[in-house]
Amino acid sequence: MTSDTQKEMACQELVEVITDYLEGTLPELERVRFEAHLRTCPACHEYVEQMRALIRLSRGLTARSLDTAAVDSLLHAFRDWRDSQTGM
Amino acid sequence: MALIAEVRISDVDLIDRLRGGDEDAFVWMVNTYGGSLKRLALAFVSVEAVADEVVQETWLAVITGISRFEGRSSVKTWLYKILTNRAKTRAMREKRTIVFSELDGASPPGEAAVDPERFLPADHPVNPGHWASPPDQWSGSAEDKVVGREMMEVLRRGLDALPPAQRVVVSLRDVHGWPAAQVCEALALSEANQRVLLHRGRSRLRGVLEDYFAGNA
Repeated sequence: MTSDTQKEMACQELVEVITDYLEGTLPELERVRFEAHLRTCPACHEYVEQMRALIRLSRGLTARSLDTAAVDSLLHAFRDWRDSQTGM
Repeated sequence: MALIAEVRISDVDLIDRLRGGDEDAFVWMVNTYGGSLKRLALAFVSVEAVADEVVQETWLAVITGISRFEGRSSVKTWLYKILTNRAKTRAMREKRTIVFSELDGASPPGEAAVDPERFLPADHPVNPGHWASPPDQWSGSAEDKVVGREMMEVLRRGLDALPPAQRVVVSLRDVHGWPAAQVCEALALSEANQRVLLHRGRSRLRGVLEDYFAGNA
């Protein structure tokens, strides 16, 4: 795994390419270095797990969608528009 | 979810039916796209009531614009465009202006994901660039129900405090689960810039949670 052309990834580098890694856009060679580093570095392993936990937790911050009153008022606007089109 | 996808009306069909004054088609459109539009609006204006108004304004603009829709883009893209324009105007009025140079064009110079002080210097003889002050272990307890509510509030405040362009991208991607391509399309962002904003936003939020778990939040 380690050769002259394949320098070990430093932790400081890993935290900057983690999003590319998680997005699946890290080039193959970099991905290999990333995963090789993770296997030997518990701190970076935890860092990656923290990012994954953050992403999962973020899904809990959702918003409500339109309520029925808003849909009704839109339907009125739609009817008005339709009636003005057809001259009814 | 799968069921909704199955009863999908094609764009051509939808526009035809809307032009013909079909109320069912209108309600279908509002229900199908309402949630996404609200999410997109929230990414710009952040106050829920204002986002609702922006979405409402968008639908009104859609009603009066149906006859002018030329079908050169998808209905979804057309809706996003109308909403984005309105949301930007509104955000400006609310003084929550998004610096769009942040979104398009050159990204501002490097913002470290983690304070460089926490790593050994580049000239360290044994472990250059390795953790000097490694992260504490908390990923396993982050989803524990006991800490849940308070931590989610901290996370929400952290999201609100992000630079606007990062907030928009993180909201759409991670809060609302939009795929990268859809975010790029809605915000007219390149994939690379989308990733930079996502990276910076997520990195900051991880720091927010780290502070929270260290008891400093």
